[in-house]
Amino acid sequence: MTTEQAYDTVDMMLNMGPQHPATHGVFRMVLTVDGERVVDVTPHIGYLHRGSEKLAENESYGQVVTLFDRLDYVSNLNNELIFCRAAERLMGIEPPERGQYIRVILAELNRLASHLLFIGTYAIDLGAMTPIMYGFRERERIQNMFESVTGARMMHNFIRIGGVKEDVPSDFVPRVRALLDDVERGVQECDRLLTFNEVFLARTRGVGVIDLPTALSCGLTGPSLRASGLAYDVRKDYPYEVYPYLSYKVPVGENGDCWDRYYMRVLECYESLSMIRQCLDQMEEGPVMAQMRRIARPPKGEVYVHGENPRGDIGVFLVSDGTDKPYRVKVRPPSFCNLVSLRPMMRDAYIADAVAILGSLDIVLGEVDR
Amino acid sequence: MRSKPVQLAIAVVLLVGVGVLVAVFTLALALLGEPGDNVTVLTVGKIVIALFALLTLITTLGISLVWLERKQLGRMQGRVGPTRVGPFGLLQVVADGIKLLMKEDVSPGSSSKAIFYVAPLLVFVPSFVVWLTIPLSEDLVVRSLDLGVFFFIAVSVLSIVGLILAGWSSNSKYAILGGFRSAAQLVSYEIPLILGVLSVVMVADSMRFTDVVAAQATVPYIALLPLAFAVFFISGLAEVGRTPFDIYFAESEVVGGPFVEYSGAHWAIFFLAEYVNTFVVAALGALLFLGGWVWPFGEVGQVPAVAVFLGKTYFLAVVIFWVRATLPRLRIDQLMNVGWRLLIPLGFASVILIAVQRFYGWPTWTLTVMSLAALVLAAWVQLRLQRRDAVATAQRYAQRAVTVQPSRRRPTPESQQA
Repeated sequence: MTTEQAYDTVDMMLNMGPQHPATHGVFRMVLTVDGERVVDVTPHIGYLHRGSEKLAENESYGQVVTLFDRLDYVSNLNNELIFCRAAERLMGIEPPERGQYIRVILAELNRLASHLLFIGTYAIDLGAMTPIMYGFRERERIQNMFESVTGARMMHNFIRIGGVKEDVPSDFVPRVRALLDDVERGVQECDRLLTFNEVFLARTRGVGVIDLPTALSCGLTGPSLRASGLAYDVRKDYPYEVYPYLSYKVPVGENGDCWDRYYMRVLECYESLSMIRQCLDQMEEGPVMAQMRRIARPPKGEVYVHGENPRGDIGVFLVSDGTDKPYRVKVRPPSFCNLVSLRPMMRDAYIADAVAILGSLDIVLGEVDR
Repeated sequence: MRSKPVQLAIAVVLLVGVGVLVAVFTLALALLGEPGDNVTVLTVGKIVIALFALLTLITTLGISLVWLERKQLGRMQGRVGPTRVGPFGLLQVVADGIKLLMKEDVSPGSSSKAIFYVAPLLVFVPSFVVWLTIPLSEDLVVRSLDLGVFFFIAVSVLSIVGLILAGWSSNSKYAILGGFRSAAQLVSYEIPLILGVLSVVMVADSMRFTDVVAAQATVPYIALLPLAFAVFFISGLAEVGRTPFDIYFAESEVVGGPFVEYSGAHWAIFFLAEYVNTFVVAALGALLFLGGWVWPFGEVGQVPAVAVFLGKTYFLAVVIFWVRATLPRLRIDQLMNVGWRLLIPLGFASVILIAVQRFYGWPTWTLTVMSLAALVLAAWVQLRLQRRDAVATAQRYAQRAVTVQPSRRRPTPESQQA
């Protein structure tokens, strides 16, 4: 054994999570590090597994919505929407137009809330203290609006198969308009504080780069995919609800680094604001719930429906055997699929980058583990 | 909530308490005697009393910074900070301290116990000892050493040892990472810090703090040496691990770094040392660059002098906390780049500029111009170029965004009738 071999260094295994402030819940990354460099990363999931898909087989269709609330607990309404759309497709019913507008308004508000939370937590991951307070302040306003509409701050169970539970309060439109103005200011505040901050740029530009072919082969969707340069948005490519009535922009990046993934979400906040405003302009009085039997009993068959979640392309594969309970519910969770691209992104990263990269994917563990 | 008068009364009591502390400190200085005195039981007793007074004063000042930071961060983030314990939450830190002292002191089973428990002291003692030379006013100083500035730098470096030992003895991976980070960071940033201080020493022609302050009676050195101040302040931030250089105890990466395994009283000592160090850097900035107690009021009495000095110190502390509220954290390699490629060359540039000015006997305002030019150039190169690229990218993205037009028109009432 030569001297060199005798003093050879070995890589260190660094266990990050499930109890770690930067893993956004109970995610566990086992990093193999050489000094400060990350050599390899092994993600471990399943700490929040509740068997939602199996549970759904024992609940009636209406009750499954509550399980979807608890998948991605920062974008509950988007999740409710996707399951209700799947069940409606199977039953061949379409909710009345006002119901669809209310759904889209709530879903986009929810997207705003989710992205605001992302901006805040991402700043925390990078060591900035303030944006999370701003983000949470605005998110709190949106949550208050949800509370007055649905009666709950998080687990709404408001979007039902065939429409929404009930009509919105009479002063809904002016209050949402005021809310949007406030939230727009809040988003601008976060944007100005963080986006072009030199330290923030140094930490995120050119970090965690993923090129488009790799991103596609990893199944990356949502803002993270658009950051790599493909304008794929389910709302644009497979329009649903009242999205075809709206005019909006789909922001596209080109570098596929952490900063792009962050900035796509900031731009999407502005687009969501404009979409909600259009919805408020177009919305008319009318019923909010389709005429249907009280107990949903879809005919035998199967359907796959997908939509745009704040985190990406969420899909539901629903099999019905003709009873009032689904035979099988399979979710394509965007967080889980986005997590696949963690390893290619971590190439040549530092430990601090590992945190920045994981944060830029904006995973929610409730959805990863289901 | 207590009524307003009661709150104010408590605030007055606290303020008087601080005043009493300063008075005891002054008294203790008189008790200390001179180095040549015969050592008797009485002198030892006097010294012990004096040291206790000093320790209490410094602890109080450190604690006051904790309160200031929490309040200020709260205000900057749209919160109010602590309000419940004492008036304006002034006693919150005391309550936290009591809580920490009462907590169980846990140590990891596989840690080296002796080093583990000594390490906090190794961090705290240097930050305490440097106060021996730091004057609160002309006379209010334990020992006004000829080499005061040198003593400060020599002693303050020692706290690195404590941090590394804390990281090493914890036998935890996060702690060891934090320990290594602190070693790399503190050793690298010691050099620009010294260069910044050296610039002042060259201009003031003395290493005694009181002389340096006296030399600033007309113009504070920040006006003369903005470059040196920038180098000093930035590396000072790194020395005490404040944002954006809080890399060795980065909460979201190494979860507290060397302190991750500590709890209770030992953690409290680390915490206190951190804030005392912050206070030291702010005080040093006030002494070396903001003109201590002489500028702009000249020679004033003892009490106003201390007030002016403390005011400047707290102002610098506010700036430090302001930076914390604004900036994210750098990465370790970027930290090294800033230190070695930016601050050290700038520090040397500052020293060389002063040397040239002194050698040729140019008027002092040339110093201001030259160092300001160097500072602006460096800041522009370092910050603006990087930012301009990002802004251009953002503008490109705004144009690239795919616009989706309404693909089907919503049926309007008129079209339905037709």
